[in-house]
Amino acid sequence: MTAVLSIQDLHVTIGRGARAANVLRGVSLEVQPGEVRGLVGESGAGKSMLGRAVLGLLPADAWIGKGGIAFAGRDFLTLPERERRDLLGRQIALIPQDPMTSLNPVKRVGDQIARVLQRHLALSRRQALQRATELLAEVAIRDPQRVLGLYPYEISGGMRQRVLIAMAFGCDPSLIIADEPTTALDVTVQRQVLQLIERLRERRGAAILFVTHDLGVVAKICRTMTVMHAGRVLEDGETADVLTRPRHAYTRALLAATPRADRPADALRPVPPALIESLWSEAHRLDRLSIVGRT
Amino acid sequence: MRWGEIIKRLVLIPPTLAGVGVIVFVLLRIVPGDPIAMMIPPGASAADIDRLRALYGLDRSIPEQFVSWFGHVLSGDFGRSISLRQSVSELILARLPATLELALVATLIAIALGLAVALTGVYFRGRRLEWAVDGGIGVFLAIPDFLWALILLLSFGVLIPLLPTSGRIDPQIDVSFRTNFYLFESLLRGRIDVVGALLSHMLLPAIALALPFAALIARLLKASLSEAEDQDYAQIARARGFARPAILLREVFPNALIPTIALGGVQITLLLGGTVLVERIFSYEGIGNMAIDAVINRDFPLIQGLILTFAVLFIALNLAVDVVVTLLDPRLRHG
Ligand SMILES: Nc1ncnc2c1ncn2[C@@H]1O[C@H](COP(=O)(O)OP(=O)(O)OP(=O)(O)O)[C@@H](O)[C@H]1O
Ligand SMILES: [Mg+2]
Repeated sequence: MTAVLSIQDLHVTIGRGARAANVLRGVSLEVQPGEVRGLVGESGAGKSMLGRAVLGLLPADAWIGKGGIAFAGRDFLTLPERERRDLLGRQIALIPQDPMTSLNPVKRVGDQIARVLQRHLALSRRQALQRATELLAEVAIRDPQRVLGLYPYEISGGMRQRVLIAMAFGCDPSLIIADEPTTALDVTVQRQVLQLIERLRERRGAAILFVTHDLGVVAKICRTMTVMHAGRVLEDGETADVLTRPRHAYTRALLAATPRADRPADALRPVPPALIESLWSEAHRLDRLSIVGRT
Repeated sequence: MRWGEIIKRLVLIPPTLAGVGVIVFVLLRIVPGDPIAMMIPPGASAADIDRLRALYGLDRSIPEQFVSWFGHVLSGDFGRSISLRQSVSELILARLPATLELALVATLIAIALGLAVALTGVYFRGRRLEWAVDGGIGVFLAIPDFLWALILLLSFGVLIPLLPTSGRIDPQIDVSFRTNFYLFESLLRGRIDVVGALLSHMLLPAIALALPFAALIARLLKASLSEAEDQDYAQIARARGFARPAILLREVFPNALIPTIALGGVQITLLLGGTVLVERIFSYEGIGNMAIDAVINRDFPLIQGLILTFAVLFIALNLAVDVVVTLLDPRLRHG
């Protein structure tokens, strides 16, 4: 079976010369069709950069020094611009982190959904709006017809995230990159949105690369998981294995720092600073060994 | 409550105009310069001068004169021009359309130029062409309209005489216009030849007025476009497979338009103020040109009438900008 997403030894650097900073230091990762892979790691680990590299959204001064990204066996980095754009939004979709800033403030909700559908599926405007109504119903928005005519500022954060999820699933993609899709929402809404993503995934069978800080969420919805730190993959495997028998000290520390229902809160231990320190110095040692980032 | 804001502004218009009236009226009479002195024939006797002064009410105290003038203004009577010996309101109404048409054509040119430059500049963001665009905008912002008027007059009127450089229309073209909106009227009547003649006269002064305003629009719009393109929704559109030009036009532009109009719209008043010198340079028969004659002749009633006219135009434009911004921004429209 070909992996829907295959990342090989990806190096991403931001800036050039003296100000160059490595943000990905040889990341390899695969997502199989229909698989939900959790991507965890502390802030600054490079999780978002990884997602952005796949989506072609790296910052203007970022560059890929080495490595490859393949989508369903096709080399994504050498794909002609036009073909890549046909895949983006159609086969690869995004659920963004911040629903407050991710919708265009001066366009109606229906307009924004319909436009994506029209871009990739051969639909008339009327058909696209009809499809948008169905999609909104599918993400459990009541009175979808009315919501189509609203502007983003007229609906709540949770509703906006549902709209963005509807847009992500709209063209039945085979891969969705969800970058902390619930962190900007309040706790009760978080749970609903997670359930919604789960349900849609089951029904439509997309693979998801699920970026999160929350190991509880990973345990609940991700079959596999990847632990990142300082732009490197530290551990990777079936979620059940990684969570019960973590191999890397950092994963163990992350687990010890995660609140769990079966453990008293005072048993929580923060990730030891000495461990973080040693991981970073190892990353910097690798930087010095490799030529990437030194050009 | 944006509409409430606009109503509040409407209510403030009469006191604003009254204030402008007082200031102009008093200033004119404090600064040196006497309208009678400008019109008397050489060798007139002191008695003649006094008689004229009384005729125009200039012998009374300033408050008395003001009350009398303002009372008449309220009933629609702006008095008689001292130098032209005609009703001020008739004079202004005859000339105002020429200025409005010129300002409109200039504004349209400025918007077209500004849009094209801003979109080009933002499309080439981060590349060398962007620097060129920014530099060009800076240069055009630094050169005032009357200077452009002189440059254009010399280049296209004198060096390469391509276009007419004076007046509003060739005297030999005989159209019995029913209104003073020559351009609108000939458009409506389908007189394309006349439209051409009018536009060829308008072109140089309109470009002179348009260039600094175009540079301003370009700078504001380009900044807003850059800012909007960095927003999440525009970035995400790229990840949905939209091409950059489509994103710039459909997602970014509608957002950038709002701050540009809010900030730049009121600057049309600068363009309108520019008509005074530019009309003069091109002997264009509008109220700007008329204002210079009125000042030279110390024609108090005419100056007062013209200043009030400009004030009304400025206020109307500011209000129009507010209404347009409110209509464009859904958050304000319903808020
Ligand atoms: N535009 C940028 N310019 C320079 N450096 C950046 C930029 N964006 C991110 N970085 C750096 O890249 C590294 C990886 O950032 P990234 O956003 O991928 O982290 P993350 O794992 O997603 O963290 P978080 O959990 O906080 O979202 C960080 O060290 C960050 O400082
Ligand atoms: Mg992130």
